Amino acid sequence: MVMNTRSGINEKKETPPTKANAMPLRKRGGTVSNIYLALIFIFLYAPIVVLIINSFNAAKSRVVWGGFTLDWYRKLFQNADIIDALRTTIIVAVLSAVIATLAGVLSSVGIYALPKRFRRIMMQITNIPNITPDLVTGISLMLLFYFLRAQTGFVTLLLAHIAFNIPFAILSIMPKLRQMDMSLYEAAQDLGCTPAQAVRKVLIPEIRPGIVTAFILTLTLSIDDFVISYFTAGNQVTTLALTIYSMARKSVNPQINALSTLMFMTVFILLIIINMRTSSKNRIAHNGVISADRKIGKRAFTTQRKE
Amino acid sequence: MENIEKADQLKKNNRVRLLTRERSKTAMIGTQLSDKTGQSHIIELVGVNKSFGEVQVMRDITFYIRSNEFLTLLGPSGCGKTTTLRVLGGFEQPDSGTVTFEGHDLLPIPPHERELNTVFQRYALFPHLDVAENVAFGLQIKKLPQGEIDSRVSQMLSLVKLDGYGARAIDQLSGGQMQRVAIARALVNLPKVLLLDEPLGALDLKMRKEMQIELKQMQRELGITFVYVTHDQEEALTMSDSVIVMNEGAIQQIGRPIDIYNEPRNAFVADFIGESNIINGRMHEDFRVLICDKWFPCVDRRHENEEVDVVIRPEDIDLVKPADNLLNGIVTSATFKGVHYEMIVEACDLEWLVHSTDHKAEGSEVGLSFGPDDVHIMVKSAFSPMRGKSDQDSASHESERGADYE
Repeated sequence: MVMNTRSGINEKKETPPTKANAMPLRKRGGTVSNIYLALIFIFLYAPIVVLIINSFNAAKSRVVWGGFTLDWYRKLFQNADIIDALRTTIIVAVLSAVIATLAGVLSSVGIYALPKRFRRIMMQITNIPNITPDLVTGISLMLLFYFLRAQTGFVTLLLAHIAFNIPFAILSIMPKLRQMDMSLYEAAQDLGCTPAQAVRKVLIPEIRPGIVTAFILTLTLSIDDFVISYFTAGNQVTTLALTIYSMARKSVNPQINALSTLMFMTVFILLIIINMRTSSKNRIAHNGVISADRKIGKRAFTTQRKE
Repeated sequence: MENIEKADQLKKNNRVRLLTRERSKTAMIGTQLSDKTGQSHIIELVGVNKSFGEVQVMRDITFYIRSNEFLTLLGPSGCGKTTTLRVLGGFEQPDSGTVTFEGHDLLPIPPHERELNTVFQRYALFPHLDVAENVAFGLQIKKLPQGEIDSRVSQMLSLVKLDGYGARAIDQLSGGQMQRVAIARALVNLPKVLLLDEPLGALDLKMRKEMQIELKQMQRELGITFVYVTHDQEEALTMSDSVIVMNEGAIQQIGRPIDIYNEPRNAFVADFIGESNIINGRMHEDFRVLICDKWFPCVDRRHENEEVDVVIRPEDIDLVKPADNLLNGIVTSATFKGVHYEMIVEACDLEWLVHSTDHKAEGSEVGLSFGPDDVHIMVKSAFSPMRGKSDQDSASHESERGADYE
């Protein structure tokens, strides 16, 4: 149920309707638009709400309320399979987020230094994995691993997660680089930094907010992923998302509700952090810089022939 | 189409320039050494060329910078002055030519090893550091002892009148304050040469005037060579020991501010520095020039070419009673400008700009009076005023050559 967060993030980043658009609607038919809005939210969130409520339901049935209980959560943490899957999920998430973020920083700096035309081409290439369906990415990675005769397992799972995370890391870091005044990098060198020192002492601190966002985002995507993990994890290793899937296939186990609730809450909180970061970042962008590009149009000669 | 033609033209110009390079080089050295101060050259550029794609932004740039002088590169945007500065700073490599610093080749040395510091156009202060950390940055990189860093930073902050601002964040500063931090951050390293790229461009007029005086004072007190880039001719004249006027990637003139103003080498310089009347003239002999079919005395010798540009500054013209030996015309507008009146006089089909404290009403008939000293003769250049139809009609002897100048 949280499998599609990746596309969901992109949608959330789009600009919200401006006040100018929203105002006339509210003035004309407040009730109609409010009902419409409420319906959308109900359709979107009712299943999750039902799920969360059921995770506290003492009755095994999903339609009868048998009283409040935390049993399912308790059982969850006594389930060795689930604890094992949780450990794998966290290790893969943290490792892939760290590696993808590092790779993202290096690639972003490299892409930014390219001439404009190549930079655009590189960014297009970077964007392709983002719009490729997970299914295609998953199957192609699986085929790649078969082709290389690699045993699918923890390593292939980690590699796959790093692979799909890198473009998102680049996308989080690039805007920060673009906002940065390139003369900062030159100023650092002017003051005695080698190019490497200039990157470390000026460029990285400047884009740090983007780096942190990249880390949280890739962490979220990794925890959240099911499809790509399904094709690359093999038989031995399993993540939480894979566990939920296999549990749901066998029988209706209310532990799934509890586990899903926990996963949903984790991803939800991480997403809120990302969104708060991006909106506060936009606020401080371009502060106090007055354009020095004063126009001094070519002055005409003071003496001119009459027409 | 136009671009291709332009590019061809540029190439042709360049070829001509290369051929005449030896000559022009000696000419420029002559200009610069004319006010013999005997100081050594700290930086020398010889025949530097630089192109960005099709556009050549530096054409055979040759000049010298003396120790402890305040040198200004002056020109309109896109004239190549900032690129010249960036070549000195090490952020651009020229396509050809040599740059030496105290006699050593500067070009292979990376920016961080050059003994110059730059004040960038938009200050380029590090937002993640506070004021004191910004100023200390260069010293910290050099790994000086913390005690020395602290004392030099506070010294420098008081030099730029920012005592007590050390702990401020960069985004809490005004434009003028950021400017001072940028200057302090560069000067604290005690560079031999300070490069300044339009540092006052973003400040308001009053602040700019104050900073001009302060910068000049700092330069004198610290004995550091300043290379200053600006498009503001007044700023250049006020602060500089030497001015280099540039346009379209080429040096137009090098000289002291007073020479540049009084003896502009061509119509571009005359027009860019101050206001001027630039008229087509003709010289058949020394010390006499034909303007609008009348002969006037002047102090210049005859040039190779008899076609010349004549510059007469608006403040050098007196409005008197019409007379036969003067250019006579009618005042078409008179505007009060505070110190003087700005009047436009129409005479011999030209509009003359005149600055005078004597007011002449619109419509009054006047004679334009100027002495031989006020007439400045320049050779024709690509920047000369367009030839008008009326001029050819009135000057009968022009018919034989007129076509050359269309």
